[in-house]
Order: sequence, then C-alpha cells, then structure tokens
Amino acid sequence: MSTPNRLRSPLKRAIGLGSAKYGTQHFVVQRISAVALFFLVIYVVGLLVSLVGADYATARATVAHPCHAVLLCAFLVAMFWHAQLGLQVVIEDYVHAPGLALVVQMLVRFACVLAALAGLFAIVRIAAGASA
Amino acid sequence: MPHTARPLSPHLQVYRWQIQMVTSIVHRATGIALAVGSLLVVGALLALASGPESWACVTRHAGAWYGLVFLFGWTWALAYHLLNGVRHLVQDAGFGYAISQFVRNGWLVVFGSFILTAATWGVLAARGVFA
Ligand code: HEM
Repeated sequence: MSTPNRLRSPLKRAIGLGSAKYGTQHFVVQRISAVALFFLVIYVVGLLVSLVGADYATARATVAHPCHAVLLCAFLVAMFWHAQLGLQVVIEDYVHAPGLALVVQMLVRFACVLAALAGLFAIVRIAAGASA
Repeated sequence: MPHTARPLSPHLQVYRWQIQMVTSIVHRATGIALAVGSLLVVGALLALASGPESWACVTRHAGAWYGLVFLFGWTWALAYHLLNGVRHLVQDAGFGYAISQFVRNGWLVVFGSFILTAATWGVLAARGVFA
C-alpha cells in the first residue's frame, strides 16, 4: 500500500465488493423456495395423479378452480425462482470466462422469467374461462 | 479459465466413488433435469389453455410408451431431488453430519427415492395409466 493510504483499513476497499454485496440472501431464498416446493411438488403430483383418465373439460375445470389456480401459480413461481437460483450456482461453478458467464446467466434468467410468465398466463386464461 | 499453471484441488477423477459424492452429484444432475422439465410443465399448461386438440396431443405423447418411460424417469428425478433436498435442509439446520450418519441418510435417500417412485407408479397403475 502506498504511504497516503497507510492508515486506511483494507476493509474500505472490500466494502461493496464480492460476497459483501448480498451476503446470504441467495442461500436463504434457495432454502425458502425449497421448503415451498416440498409442499407444492407433493400437491402437484397428487393433482396430476387424480387427473389420470380425465377428459379435457374435467382437466380444464380442475385447473380453473380458484384454489388450484392459485396453488399452481405459486408452484410455478417457486419452481422457476428455485431453478434460476440453482442454475446460477451451476453456471458459476463451470463457466469461467467472465463475458460468457454473464451472457449465460442472463439467458437463464430471461428463460426462467419468460417461462414463469407464460405458465401464469396459461393458468389465468384457463381460470378466467376464456374459451379456446 | 486463467491460463496460469497453478496447483488445482483434486477433482472427480481422483476419487473412489462413494455415496457421499454420488448423492451430491445426482442432486445437481436431477436439479438440472427438473429445470429442463419445468419448461414442459409450462408447455402442457399452454396446451391445456389453447384447446382440446393441443391437449389431446399432450395426453397422446404422455400415454405412449416413450412418454411413460420419460414420465417414470421424471418421477424418480423429482422423488430423489425432493428427498435429498430435505436432507440438505436438515444438514443446513446442523444435523446428520457425522460420517456414519451422512452415509446412512445418503442411502436412505437413494432407497427412499426408489420406494417413492414405485409407490407413485403403483397408484398410477391402479388408476389405469397402462390400460
Ligand atoms: C421442480 C422442482 C425443482 C427444480 C426445477 C429444482 C432445481 C434445482 C437446481 C437446478 C438446483 C441446483 C443444483 C446444484 O447447485 O447443484 C437445486 C438445488 C437445490 N434444491 Fe431443488 N429443484 C426443485 C425442487 C426441489 C425441492 C422439492 C426441494 C426440497 C425439498 C429442493 C431442494 C433443493 C436444495 C436444498 C438445493 C440446494 C442444494 C445445494 O446447495 O447444493 N429442490 N434445485
């Protein structure tokens, strides 16, 4: 360190950099979404099993029921949020070229947000009873 | 990667396969597979929203032999990730770290995922998916 900075703690340079930015937020949201998904996955699988052999009208009416519609929306949001956070870590581990990593991270986020919105749109459309 | 010759920590190739690493690797692999599968969930919902014809297309493929094989694999991936996810959460809470416990609950998750998958498909068979 050059003389004028001798009395400054290295902390000054660290603030706002690296993990100091977000701390444990990623970890926490990953766990919260995991807990939500634990219940929602069991619910969704149960719903699907109950729909085996159902015809189109029944399947549609089931998804259109307000309780199912809301829970399915919650499932989509939790799933894509959790998937984005999870894939982010996978990319951080394997893609080391900074430019490429940035692009891939952005693409994964765009894909997760778009897919979640498309799924929510489909559920709202079904629940609002818009005919095909 | 920076092209500096520096010592690297040992990676997969130097380890003997053991349950500790397998459960970890499989959690990641199933997580990635489920993320891809989530797009199919959205596809199915969009098909349901667009009308009987597109929905019939979904059920036809899902009910075909390759669809059933695919759904079976999906069920297992979900069952495994779900159970090992719970294991992760338990570990995050600070439990189950002793080597003997870690190995035991690893096997518990592996066999639990088989049982959960079999149970789900038992119910599905009873409801006539193979009929
Ligand atoms: C369809 C739903 C799900 C998808 C798409 C999904 C996807 C993923 C992905 C891509 C990862 C990253 C894997 C890695 O970093 O190696 C991950 C991690 C994780 N998942 Fe899931 N997951 C789902 C359901 C669940 C459920 C139901 C639970 C819990 C009961 C769960 C618990 C976890 C946990 C705790 C982690 C973090 C593991 C770690 O820190 O290494 N996930 N998930």
